Order: sequence, then structure tokens, then C-alpha cells
Amino acid sequence: MIHYRSILQRVALILSVLTVLCFDQGVFAQDGKALFQQNCASCHAVHKNLTGPALAGIEERVPDKKLLYAWIRNSQAVLQSGNKYFNDLYLTWNKTAMNLFPNLTDEEIGAMITYINSVPAPGAATGTGEAGVQAAAAESDNSLIFGVLTLILAIIVLVLLQVNSNLKRLSDEKEGIPSYEPVPFYRNKAYIALFAVVLFIVGGYYTIQGAVGLGRSKDYQPEQPIYYSHKVHAGTNQINCLYCHSGAQEGKHANIPSLNTCMNCHMAINEYAGEKLYREDGTEVDGTAEIKKLYSYTGWDPDQKKYVNEPKPIEWVKIHNLPDHVYFNHAQHVKAGKVACQTCHGEIQNMGEVYQYSDLSMGWCINCHRETKVQFEDNKFYSIYEKFHNDLKSGKMDSVTVESIGGTECQKCHY
Amino acid sequence: MEQKKYWQSFGELNNSAAHQQNAQDEFKEELPFEGLDDKGLGSATTPRRDFLKYVGFSTAAAAVAASCEMPVKKAIPFVNRPVDAIPGVPNYYATTFVAGGNAIPVVAKVRDGRPIKIEGNELSSWSKGATTAQVQASVLDLYDTARLRFPMADKKEVSTFDAFDKMVGEALAGLNGAPVVLLTSTVNSPSSKAVIAEFLAKYPGSRHVQYDGISYSGMLLANEASFGSRMIPSYAFDKAKVIVSLGADFLGTWLNPVEFQHGYTRGRKVDPKNPSMSKHYQFESMLSMTGANADDRYTHRPSETGAVAAALLSAINGQGAAGISDAALKKGIEQAAKDLAANKGQALVVAGSNDVNVQLIVNAINDAVGSYGTTIDLVSKLQNKAGIDAEFAKLVEEMNAGSVGAVLVYDVNPAYDYFDAEKFIAGLKKVRVSVSFNEKMDETTELCKYVLPANHYLESWGDAEQKAGYFSMLQPTIAPLFKTRQWQDNLLKWSGSAVSYADYFKNFWTTRLGGDNTYLKALQDGVVESPAMIMGFPSFNGGSVAAAVAAVGSAKKSSGTELVIYQKATFTDGRQSNNPWLQETPDPITRATWDNYLMVSPALGKSMFGIDITNPTQADEYEAFPKKPVVKIKLGNKEEELPVLIIPGMQADTVALAVGYGRAEAIGRAAAGVGKNAYKFGVSNGTTVQYTAAVTVEKTAGEYKIATTQTHSSYEGRYEVIKEITLADYTKNPTKILDARAKELEPWGGLENYEKDGTIYPVFDKPGIKWGMSIDLNSCYGCGACVVACTAENNVSVVGKPEVLRAHDMHWLRIDRYFAGDPNDPNSIQTR
Repeated sequence: MIHYRSILQRVALILSVLTVLCFDQGVFAQDGKALFQQNCASCHAVHKNLTGPALAGIEERVPDKKLLYAWIRNSQAVLQSGNKYFNDLYLTWNKTAMNLFPNLTDEEIGAMITYINSVPAPGAATGTGEAGVQAAAAESDNSLIFGVLTLILAIIVLVLLQVNSNLKRLSDEKEGIPSYEPVPFYRNKAYIALFAVVLFIVGGYYTIQGAVGLGRSKDYQPEQPIYYSHKVHAGTNQINCLYCHSGAQEGKHANIPSLNTCMNCHMAINEYAGEKLYREDGTEVDGTAEIKKLYSYTGWDPDQKKYVNEPKPIEWVKIHNLPDHVYFNHAQHVKAGKVACQTCHGEIQNMGEVYQYSDLSMGWCINCHRETKVQFEDNKFYSIYEKFHNDLKSGKMDSVTVESIGGTECQKCHY
Repeated sequence: MEQKKYWQSFGELNNSAAHQQNAQDEFKEELPFEGLDDKGLGSATTPRRDFLKYVGFSTAAAAVAASCEMPVKKAIPFVNRPVDAIPGVPNYYATTFVAGGNAIPVVAKVRDGRPIKIEGNELSSWSKGATTAQVQASVLDLYDTARLRFPMADKKEVSTFDAFDKMVGEALAGLNGAPVVLLTSTVNSPSSKAVIAEFLAKYPGSRHVQYDGISYSGMLLANEASFGSRMIPSYAFDKAKVIVSLGADFLGTWLNPVEFQHGYTRGRKVDPKNPSMSKHYQFESMLSMTGANADDRYTHRPSETGAVAAALLSAINGQGAAGISDAALKKGIEQAAKDLAANKGQALVVAGSNDVNVQLIVNAINDAVGSYGTTIDLVSKLQNKAGIDAEFAKLVEEMNAGSVGAVLVYDVNPAYDYFDAEKFIAGLKKVRVSVSFNEKMDETTELCKYVLPANHYLESWGDAEQKAGYFSMLQPTIAPLFKTRQWQDNLLKWSGSAVSYADYFKNFWTTRLGGDNTYLKALQDGVVESPAMIMGFPSFNGGSVAAAVAAVGSAKKSSGTELVIYQKATFTDGRQSNNPWLQETPDPITRATWDNYLMVSPALGKSMFGIDITNPTQADEYEAFPKKPVVKIKLGNKEEELPVLIIPGMQADTVALAVGYGRAEAIGRAAAGVGKNAYKFGVSNGTTVQYTAAVTVEKTAGEYKIATTQTHSSYEGRYEVIKEITLADYTKNPTKILDARAKELEPWGGLENYEKDGTIYPVFDKPGIKWGMSIDLNSCYGCGACVVACTAENNVSVVGKPEVLRAHDMHWLRIDRYFAGDPNDPNSIQTR
């Protein structure tokens, strides 16, 4: 008996070591992805040329690891050293200088390359998306079927009830029991009363829902002056949200990026060659024409590669509108609360034109504040809550919700 | 300890019917239940069916209206976002509030390119980050729609600055040597002084005249006699154990209140380890905000000011308060003299009078009690007031004689605030070329041929030296909103210089501070302080004191009614009179908004209108309604009809009138038609302008509504409002007030458990930071800056006079005024 236990212990130990190793690797890849998005994604994609070349297969192209790392850290130094491959590359890419990243460590660069290698070529990912859509469609079909079934059953019940009462009447007549004149069902008081109650409940429900929904605009998807696809930028090209919406970590507003931010990349990228884009109504979008629209706003001439006209700002249609009497701060949520953009804005990386994902109602805010657990570990922002930290440590409580640090107090948002 | 009775209103003093009503009713007005009588709802003028119909209709209408399409909003980003400009995140820039020579270092909060809030600059060692109501309100002046928007000649727009420069340049060239006079408020900006020197050099025979709406010539001339130079020293109220003020409102409006307030309150803060406080005597005729903060306050006739000063001097010299007949006043002067003499080197005497003789006597007193070099700093001189009345009077004479070729006016408005405005106006019409740089179409600008509006201070470059050696910088926080230009630019242009003032200023300071980096640092900090080392100061020359004493002794004592012209602490000289925030901020003493009025004593109220404020019925009749009696006040051929407010603490025969009201229509909507101009009741005594005068006051049949907020809202009988304790009691038993509170709370768990046991609600666990706020009432003197600051910070609405009359004022902060004492004895009145 005893030796079984020791074997079990050993097996457990091995298993746990394996788990830790796997887990460790997971974290590593995750880091690589984050690092990639933070540092590279604004100019490079894995399988596509952007401002800079596609990075897939980079290790085959530059087998000398040392040289590659040196290039990533300080491209100018490598160019000056006269390396032929990189000097040729520099010329093919119109002498666009690469930013310097002197602070990246070997491990970090390694992690990014691991990540680059792990990204599958485009085409592999689309299947799951379609499957998801089909599943969703099937689900809505089911509910329709159930509805129809319910209706049919209800009608059968009514008919059977009618038949039953008719039979009863006939049998009563036969047995000579006197009966009242038959009342048609539409004048039957019981039916009318039932109908009135049902109408009241159903009508009331919809009226109230409608009234509550006044002023809300969930799923609002206006047509914008330029067909800007978040799917292409944040999805396919993996540009970090905060690269453009940097205000989200600095202040109240997430900010629509200024046009010079767009031009950081679009000076080089002047045509769209990715997979086909479709509007909601099914019409195809000409990506290159949309980029041309951007040029007409900024006054950029892609042939001369300089600004030739007076720029004018783009009047985007604002989608997410909060009433004036509520205070909302992006930085508080993104930076202190470490909430992902998608929590409120939905799968933005899969949206063509953006639509309003959440209804932005107060109930929605409060619900999230009640359920969301504040990330207390390694978060200086919440260090003042000494009592909670102690309680967490001593195991008195397992998590702290936003509500328990005052996130549902009226004056936090209305003042 | 017997609690003093503090009363908020006369009604409360008498416990009158109107007061009891007020204490019970939550709303000042009758609620609009029209026609609701005992007959029931059905027979009311608005029956239930009608009500239901209206409710149904309005709900349906609202639903239809609301379910229409939501408005489409646009979001327009920058084309090129400037570095550091994050939409929605404010930046802060140090600059300096300047108004008529006064310069207060401030920090402007700028969001999305617009200044939205002004705070004090804490790096300044003398202002210590303090501001005034005027500073807080100044951000609204920037956006004033009544500002002039383009240069004008003969009231017509001039399309470009170049065209304007050409026009004025030709006009100035065509003067054939007739002198050019630059007429400005006090200029203490070093770089502007250099610009002015360049301009004057270009036009030989020209000169620079400084003019202050509220003049301090008396002090300047007295100090010239005593110390050999025209200057105003700075006062260290924090070093004074005994402060005697002869009518100087140094907490509100006198000279440099921002600095004095801080010093004064430091002397009033009680250190628990070593309890002590400064002692403040106030001798005055009207009830000023500073007088309301005094420990001992004595009243006298305005014409007795000189006599009081002379008596104080004689009392300090051990000869008793000679020449004072009033026993209480005499005792007060002797008591003050005793305290002053006992605290030599820690004593300070200040006087608000603009009479050279009075100021000379005060200088002698300060010399006698050892103030010079201790509580009075003769080195770090105050430089915010430099106008000499005689010089301006001479200019007006010359203008009338037609010998002045051109007058360039900046930041002064003598056609409004000179006591003899008619003469100035007549003179200005005889000047061939008149140019105004004022920001608005004010009374003087109206008469000028050429107008080139200057920038608001938040749009300007510049510097200021409020105290010698203490510089503060101005930098623009927004591009000029209108087609305006800084006045220094005009002078540079017209003196033939090619540089802009911005470059001139940069060059001036880069040279002076020795480099770009120090210049940028100075701009960032907003202040550069290099006070002169104290190497010894001019010694006091008492030669002219005897003559001054003789002069005040022979001065005619008035026996009738006397007028005091004063500045409200919230409103000062009226340069910001189109600022609705300031108009709606209640005056600290009268709690009145949107008006000026004659403050009269209860004695005068009784004798003239038969209103005895200690009689409940009469007091209610006067106080419960906004309608006040109107009087006609006469001085020579000048007269004005004004409403009256009865204020305890006024000397029996003194009436007081605030300046800054009665502006021209073109100043703006908020200022137009509000109050009457008080400046015209000033008189000249030959050398300086005096702000007191013997007047006649006649009752008229008229009535006028004044919007006071004093009786709005009430404590509904929950007393007492103030916990107070004397310094002697506190020293004996520091926990006396706390003990009383503990005893009061005993039935609900005492001090310890009151929070748990004193409530019917379950105790709520409050994690994290908890904010509380407490105000040290020893340090609060009631200036009202916090009310304006709150208005600015929280977008509090201005409602206007008609709504204030209905108690609809929206201020979140209320600074109440309470009196204690006998209303018929002005010396006994204490104000909180």
C-alpha cells in the first residue's frame, strides 16, 4: 500500500511539472503576441506587407540570429555596417527607416519570433467563423420552430376543448339534462377576460420595453464618410487598439485618431489587397478607393509622396453616445481596471464598420460593476484598499467586486 | 460661558412672525396650487379630469417626440494632433492675472485649447497660491461677447492691422510736435516699461501718465515726505501681534489683499501648543468686510478720520486721545494705543484714507511703534499703485487747454471713474488724436477716434512686478479669439520697431536671466523671485508730521450726513462689472446681488423712514419684502436716487455707496442698467481725490427691489450655528467645546460610537479613501472667492436678478452673515 502511494506521488509530481512547463510556454507565447502588437504591429503584419515587409519566415530569410537581433534593435547601425541583404531590403522599401528598439531583450525578441512562427497562414481561421454563424442561425431557427410548435399545440388544445364541450353538450342532450344556449367562444366571457389579461400583459411588456429603449441605440451602425474596417486593421493586421485610440489610457475619451496617425502607415500602404470586404447590405467595398478618400482628406499625393493640398478633418459619425449627466472615463477602465476593449465594444476586431455592441444603459453598467472582479494583484491603483488586501491574503474573501469598492455609488458617475 | 445670540436677520433678532414663517416653510414662495380651496379637488380651477387630460396628452406628446430619430452626432478628430494635446485631458500653464496694476500669479487649466479655470500659482512666495473672486471670475471675461472684436476708426471696422497702423502713424506724424500722452493704469511690467521708454523716445515731448481709478496718491505722497521717494511699502500682517486699521479694508480691497489675507490669517491661527492670536482693532465709519473680522471695532464720522489718527498718535506718545469727544471711541483709541505701545516691533497701523495728512500721521505712528523694518518692509515695495492725482489733474487741464496732441489710453476709464468725469470728457474731445487700447467699448473708448482692442490677459505675453524683485510671467493660453493685438505691440510698431512684443519679451528675459533654459523655466514656473537683499532702508523723516496734525485738527467737522464711497470685496473697482459671476456673488456684508445701494445705519433708518428694526412688525415690513425705500443723495449739483439697506454697525450718520456700478450699455448685458455710478461723488481736496463727502440725503416716494440672499433658506430653528470660545477660555481648557459636544451626544453613544448608534441605518463599511472637508473659521474672512470658484468649477448657473428675488439663486456655497450685539450701538456689532 505504501509503495503505491510513493508511485502516485511521483506520477503527480511529474504531471505537475509537465503542467507547469506547458503553462509556462503558454505565457511565453502570450507575451510574444503582446510584444508583437505593442512594438511591431503598427508597421508589420505576419503574412502581409504593410509599411514594412511581412515577417513570416523571417528566420529562414535571416538565418544569422545575432544579425537579425542587431537589426531589430538598431537597424541604422546594421545598414551602416554595409550588410548587403539589409541594404537591398532598405532600397526595395523606398528607404523607409525602421524604428529603433534598443530596449528589447533577446528573450523578448525570441518570444516575438516564436509568436510569428505560430501564426497560421490566412485562410485557416475563416472556417470557424462561418461555423459560428451557422450555429447562431440554427439557434434562431430552433426558436422559430419551438414557437410554431407552441402555437400549433395551443390551437389543438383550443380545438379539443371546443370538441370536449360540444360532446358534453350532446351527451347532456341525450340524457335529457337541460343545457343553456351555446355561446360562441368569441362572446364567452371567460375567453374575453383571458384574452384581455394576456393582451394587457404582452402589450404592457412591449410598451415598457419600448419606453425603456427610447434613447438607446444598441446595434447602431451608421454609414461613415470612409469605410474604415476594424476587421482589417485590428483583426487581420493585429494593430493594437491603443496604437490609434491612445487616449483610452490617458483620459476620459478614447479619441478617434487624428489623421496623422492614419498616415503613419498609409503613407506607404496605398492600396488594399486583402480579402474582399462587404458592407452590411452585401455590396462590395473597394478598399483602395477608401484609402484614396483618406488621401483626399489629408491632401496627400501618393505619386509625389508628399502633402499637396490643405487637409480637412473627417466628420465621423459618433456611435457611442452617453448622456451628459453621466461621467465615464476610459483611462479608469482601461488602465486602472485593466478591462479589455472588447468587454464593452464587442468583437471589434471582427467588425467591418463599427456598430454599438452594448446598449450603454445604466443597468448594463451597474450589472458589470456588480459582477466584475477587480484585479487587485500587482495593481498599484488599488493599493489604498488595505483592508481588502489583508482580507484577500488571509482568505476571508476570495475576490473584490467593483461594487464593494464603491462602484455602484450614485455620485461615482453622476455628480 | 454665556452664548452670545447671533442673528441672521432682523426677523430672527426679534423672533418676528415673518421669521417664524420662514423657519417653517421649506420653500420661499407659495407653491403654485392655484385655486385649491377646501371644496376639494373636483371643484378646483384645475379639476382632476383636466389634470388627467394634460398628463395623458403630454405623455403621448413626449413619447411621440422622443421616438423620432435620435440626433446624429459627429466626432471630428484633429488633422494633426499637437504633441501633449490629448483631447479631454487638461494642460496647465502658469501665467499672471493683471488688472489695473494688480498682478496675481495664476495657473490656467486649459482643456482642448480653451482656458477653463484659474487657480493661484503656489510657487509665488507672496501670493502663496491664493486668488480672489475677481481672478476666479476672470476666465469668463475672456469669452465675454461684449469684447471689441476688431480695430476701429470712427466706430467703423478697419480691415487690417497694417491699415490701422498706417492711419494712426500718419495721424501721429501730423501732430507737428504737439505732445503725445500715454495714459495707462499703473504699469509694473519691466518689459512694458522698456517698450514705453522706446515709444516716448520716438515722440519727443511725450510723456507717460499713470492713473488709478481708486487712487493711492495720499500714501505715495506721504511716503515721499517721510522717506524721500514715492512708494508704497509692503506689509507683513503675519508678523504683527497688534493690528490697527483706520478704515483700511486690507482683507478685501486695500492695496494687495491676496498677500495681506494670508499674513492676517496666519496671525489668527491658533497653535494648540502655544495658543496666541493677533489682536485687530478697526476704526471706521461704514461696516467693511475687514471691520467685520475685527476683534474690537469702533465707529466714527468719516470727517473725523484725521482726528482719530492724530488722537492715536497722541495717545501713543502718552498724551491721551486728545480731541475726541465720543467716550467709547476715546476709550477704544487709548486701548489700541496701549496695546500698540506694549507690542513695539510687532505692531502695525494701516489707514485707507487717500489724504496725505492722515497717511503722514499713520507713518509717524508706525515709526513710534517700531513697525518699519519689522512689520513694514520698505525694500520689497508694492508696485501696483503709482498714479498721482495731481499729475492726472494737470493732464486734464492741458487737454482742456488744447495743448495735448494725442492721448493713447490703455486699461483706464476716467470718463467713468474720474470724480470730475465731465471735465475729462470735455478735454478728451479737444485732443486731436485719441486712441484707446481698452478691451471694451467703455465710457472712455466710446469717445476715442481710434480703437485697437488689446488682448485679454489669457491671450497675452508679458510680465509683472507686483512687489519689487518678485516677477511673474504671462504667457498666452489661447490664440486671440478676436482681431485684437497687445498694446505693447502697438507701441513697438508706432515707434518704428520691427520686432513683435512676443520676441521683444523673449529677448528681454533671455538676456536678463542669462539663457534660453532659464527663460523657459521662468515661463514654466510663472514666477522669478530675486528680492533685493536688505541693506538698510531710508530712515523716517518726521518733519512734516506736526503740520499734518495741525491740518487735520483744523479740518472742518461735518455735522450732517456723510457719504463713504467703497469697493465691494467681490466687485472692487468695477472693471469686471460685465461678469455675471461677480454680479451674482452676494456682497459679504449686505448679501445683496446685482446692485449697489446706500448702506445706512439703523438710527438713520429710524429717523428717516420710521423703521425701527427692533420692532418686529416694522422690521418684518422692511425685511420680508425685497422692496426698499429710495432716497435722493445730493452733493453740490450731482445727485442720484438710490435704494437703501439698513446695516447694523454703520456709524449713525454715515451712508456708504459701492463703486463699479452704473455702467454704459456697451459694457455688456450683465452690467447695463445695474446700479448707479458712485465715482462722481468723490471730491478733490486740492492734492488728492477723497472718497468721503458731506452729502444731503432726502427721502423720496419711490421703492426699489433689491435681491438679497440673506434670508433665503434658513436653519429652520436648528441652533446654535457657531461654536465659539475666547482665547483665554481656550488656553484654560482646550477641550471645552469638544466636551460640550461629547455631553450633547451622550444619549447616542457619545463621541466614540455616535456614528454607529446615532443613526437608524446600518453602518456602512467604507473602504479606501474617504474625503472630508473642514473650514477653519478663524481663517475665513468671507471674501466670496470660493463661491465664484465653485461657480467656475461646477458650471453653476447664473440666474439673474429677477430669479434671485424669488430665492432661485443656484450657488452651491452660501457664506452666511450673522450679527451679534445691540443693533443700535454700532460699536457692539460683531459679524461672522
